[in-house]
Amino acid sequence: MSEQVREKETRQVDRVVIRFAGDSGDGMQLTGERFTSETASFGNDLSTLPDFPAEIRAPAGTPAGVSGFQLHYANHDILTPGDAPNVLVAMNPAALKANLKDLPRGADLVVNTDAFTGGNLKKAGYATDPLSDGTVDDFHVHRVPLTSMTIKAVNAAEGTDGLNKKESERAKNMFALGLMSWLYHRPTEGTVTFINRKFGKLPAVAAANIAAFRAGYNYGETTESFSVTYEVAPARMAPGTYRNISGNVALSYGLVAAAELTGLPLFLGSYPITPASDILHELSKHKNFNVRTFQAEDEIAGVGSALGAAFGGALGVTTTSGPGVALKTETLGLAVSLELPLLLVDIQRGGPSTGLPTKTEQSDLSMAVLGRNGEAPLPVVAARSPSDCFHAAIEAARLATKYRTPVILLSDGYLANGSEPWLLPSRESLPDIKVTFATEHNHTAADGSTEFWPYLRDPETLARPWAVPGTPGLEHRIGGLEKADGQGTISYDPANHDKMVRLRRAKIDGIASDIEPLEIEDPSGEAKVLVLGWGSTYGPIAAGCRRVRARGMKVAQAHLRHLNPFPANTGDVLRAYDRVLIPEMNLGQLLTLIRARYLVDAIGYNQVRGLPFKAAELEGVLEDVINQ
Amino acid sequence: MTVTTNVDGISNRLLDLVPAAGSPQTRKDFTSDQEVRWCPGCGDYAILATVQGFLPELGLARENVVFISGIGCSSRFPYYVDTYGMHSIHGRAPAIATGLAVSRPDLSVWVVTGDGDALSIGGNHLLHALRRNVNVKILLFNNQIYGLTKGQYSPTSEQGKITKSTPMGSLDRPYNPVSLALGAEATFVARSVDSDRAHLTSVLRAAAKHPGTALVEIFQNCNIFNDGAFDQLKDRTTREDHTLRLNHGEPLVFGVDSDRAIIRAADGSLAVGAATDPAVVVHDARATDPTHAFALSRLTGDSADVTPIGVFRDVDVPAYDELVNNQVTEATDRFGDGDLMALLNSGDTWSVD
Repeated sequence: MSEQVREKETRQVDRVVIRFAGDSGDGMQLTGERFTSETASFGNDLSTLPDFPAEIRAPAGTPAGVSGFQLHYANHDILTPGDAPNVLVAMNPAALKANLKDLPRGADLVVNTDAFTGGNLKKAGYATDPLSDGTVDDFHVHRVPLTSMTIKAVNAAEGTDGLNKKESERAKNMFALGLMSWLYHRPTEGTVTFINRKFGKLPAVAAANIAAFRAGYNYGETTESFSVTYEVAPARMAPGTYRNISGNVALSYGLVAAAELTGLPLFLGSYPITPASDILHELSKHKNFNVRTFQAEDEIAGVGSALGAAFGGALGVTTTSGPGVALKTETLGLAVSLELPLLLVDIQRGGPSTGLPTKTEQSDLSMAVLGRNGEAPLPVVAARSPSDCFHAAIEAARLATKYRTPVILLSDGYLANGSEPWLLPSRESLPDIKVTFATEHNHTAADGSTEFWPYLRDPETLARPWAVPGTPGLEHRIGGLEKADGQGTISYDPANHDKMVRLRRAKIDGIASDIEPLEIEDPSGEAKVLVLGWGSTYGPIAAGCRRVRARGMKVAQAHLRHLNPFPANTGDVLRAYDRVLIPEMNLGQLLTLIRARYLVDAIGYNQVRGLPFKAAELEGVLEDVINQ
Repeated sequence: MTVTTNVDGISNRLLDLVPAAGSPQTRKDFTSDQEVRWCPGCGDYAILATVQGFLPELGLARENVVFISGIGCSSRFPYYVDTYGMHSIHGRAPAIATGLAVSRPDLSVWVVTGDGDALSIGGNHLLHALRRNVNVKILLFNNQIYGLTKGQYSPTSEQGKITKSTPMGSLDRPYNPVSLALGAEATFVARSVDSDRAHLTSVLRAAAKHPGTALVEIFQNCNIFNDGAFDQLKDRTTREDHTLRLNHGEPLVFGVDSDRAIIRAADGSLAVGAATDPAVVVHDARATDPTHAFALSRLTGDSADVTPIGVFRDVDVPAYDELVNNQVTEATDRFGDGDLMALLNSGDTWSVD
């Protein structure tokens, strides 16, 4: 149906931001994902932002229960899911209420008029009908009786016998998807294939969804409500094979890849927690990669089992979010003391406590770097985009195995659920991080006999040997008590403790020379202001920088992958600028670390709204700092 | 006791996955060079000696044996056994051992824990290890007191116990580790006494033979903070009259003159009666239903003036580690060995020239 002749005017635009919003049971995430998939296969660059409530089925029809999905796509490379939608699809009054404030004047607004009943208006908190009381006068409103037209289309379609009204009505999200696919010239074959595959065992449901999808598409062509359609040409992207990928899937694949690259079997010990559970779900599908997933009884058992597996020579991983990190803290300390490789993946969400489970935040940085009893340093690595989660996972595994240390890998809710096109790496481009276990005695005693000292360090990395059970002659006992330098037996000696504390610190600090230096992006080469970020703020910061540069201002950008230790050149980079701005989705955690470490009087810009920064917002902040 | 390699043919389908020792072993092979630092007179010494004496009988390659402990007096145990070992954190040994056992079926994994470690701070992990039936052997040293923190009451201390933290007497109702384990439907539950080397060895042997989680409660005397807690079962003059030795398939008879027995009362519960009573119960450790074992666990010195020792329950069901590894095999059979690049290229892809 995408081949049919268009009778209406088509406008070429560079980019579009579209938002679908409805009840959490309305299938808005699926609708958004399908539109994304159509867009990806068309060859646009894109970025997505799902936004949904913590409740699975929050009270229907209320603003608290609204689930949204925003997609930004363009004919050029883009960095964020977009500040404000060009079009909002509101499936009911609550969706309108929750999202209208984000819609710029003059934008397109598609509303499902069937849902604007007295009861629904009341649940949404509208005293009068917003469609007739002037509330939506500033927008280009398309009134579509989505529900009734869906039911009609389903009833008229073949193969849908036996579905009742409620089941037919459920396909209305596909009607909306069809209409938007028409409006934006999206290819539709993929969605039809998808529906047939998803409902393969329920042919009547598949037929209903396809009928609704087609009806929505055809409605666009015939209705007078839409006079213009929009086309966004494919983006010019680097050659290669692409797929669309979310952060959590990319991270899961990164763990599978890290297992293969290290030559270790992957063991995931995890307890379900939003927004990290999808990694457990994803990895549990890949047992043919010699992957073992263990849904533990709690967060502590999740990390404990991973550490036990690591003792046995596996790539031990645990995945969680902030509250889970708090519970795993003691085991991280043990891993620091045992000097065994262990990966803790923290998909950050709004805190403190339960906080905002489905919203994003960067507020676990201080806990990751500093939050353990005793002097317990460990490397901290952060991903900057959904697809970057793949590479960040491999880097975290590299550091963990090479330096025999627990590593915290930070992602967040925005990266976890957001998606973007990913240029697939070649096998050859992935690093060689093969692990070698100890097999021989490494120390000669005074009497000339040889023995195994579990804490005798590699002089270069300061890493201790990894001798796994099953290796004859290397039997040894390790634990959380302080160990004698080298020999590894229990030691309460004051000087030895001082030495061991410093050795563990030196080992982690030494990683600074084994990581990529901090790169500066400054097209002018003359910027006086540096904006420094970490994690998922990369996209919005880069977009903000582009905006101010397009207006003739100069700014340099640097983004940290490693938060502990910092790259060796970090101090030099910071001191080369008059002013350093650090935007973060917290109240200044990187800012504090940077100021303490480098005595640089950096400026923070902080928000904790549960949503990523907007490019326009950072543009304004950058402008202010540049013009100071 | 003289020990030679695997004299009783201790084996099961999981133990068969662990490499055997190349040559006969002795107690000395399992003795590390670390000085043992429990208080003089502690029951832990006897348990250590019995375990070290028993391990050669298993006949496993020493490097494939691992002891994992938590925190507490008993948890120092791994330091003294010359195998692989980990002294971990308070209460978490079952979780750590689960990860190790699941990922390394070629290891014989033992957990050493105490009443505070296993039943207080680590209660949750113990329950879940037991219900999953992970192939680990858990030795729970129960001295009914906190030793390493110097004498507070524990979850197994009797109510009203005067300790440093309970000068007016403890208020908590204690629980019974064997009842607890059976409540979690543990597949192997046994009890022994630190000083009874022959009995403890027989229980360890049975635990090792069991394919799955084995919980062995060992009454252990803390001569510093709770001395004499188990004297009734240890004193030569009293022990035979107060100890019920459980032997599968044999009538539950006890007493110096073997004249007392466990009989089934009219309401179905177990009680102490005469050995001549026709209702004397025959012990069935293999019963699928844990009810019989649970009823036995309710007999204590307080409730019945007799305490059962030996194997309460020993049933064979698939171990968690077996099932996990079966799924890995099944997935590999179905989908072939994982191909990383095929995984990355799965789903909808498109090419840009």
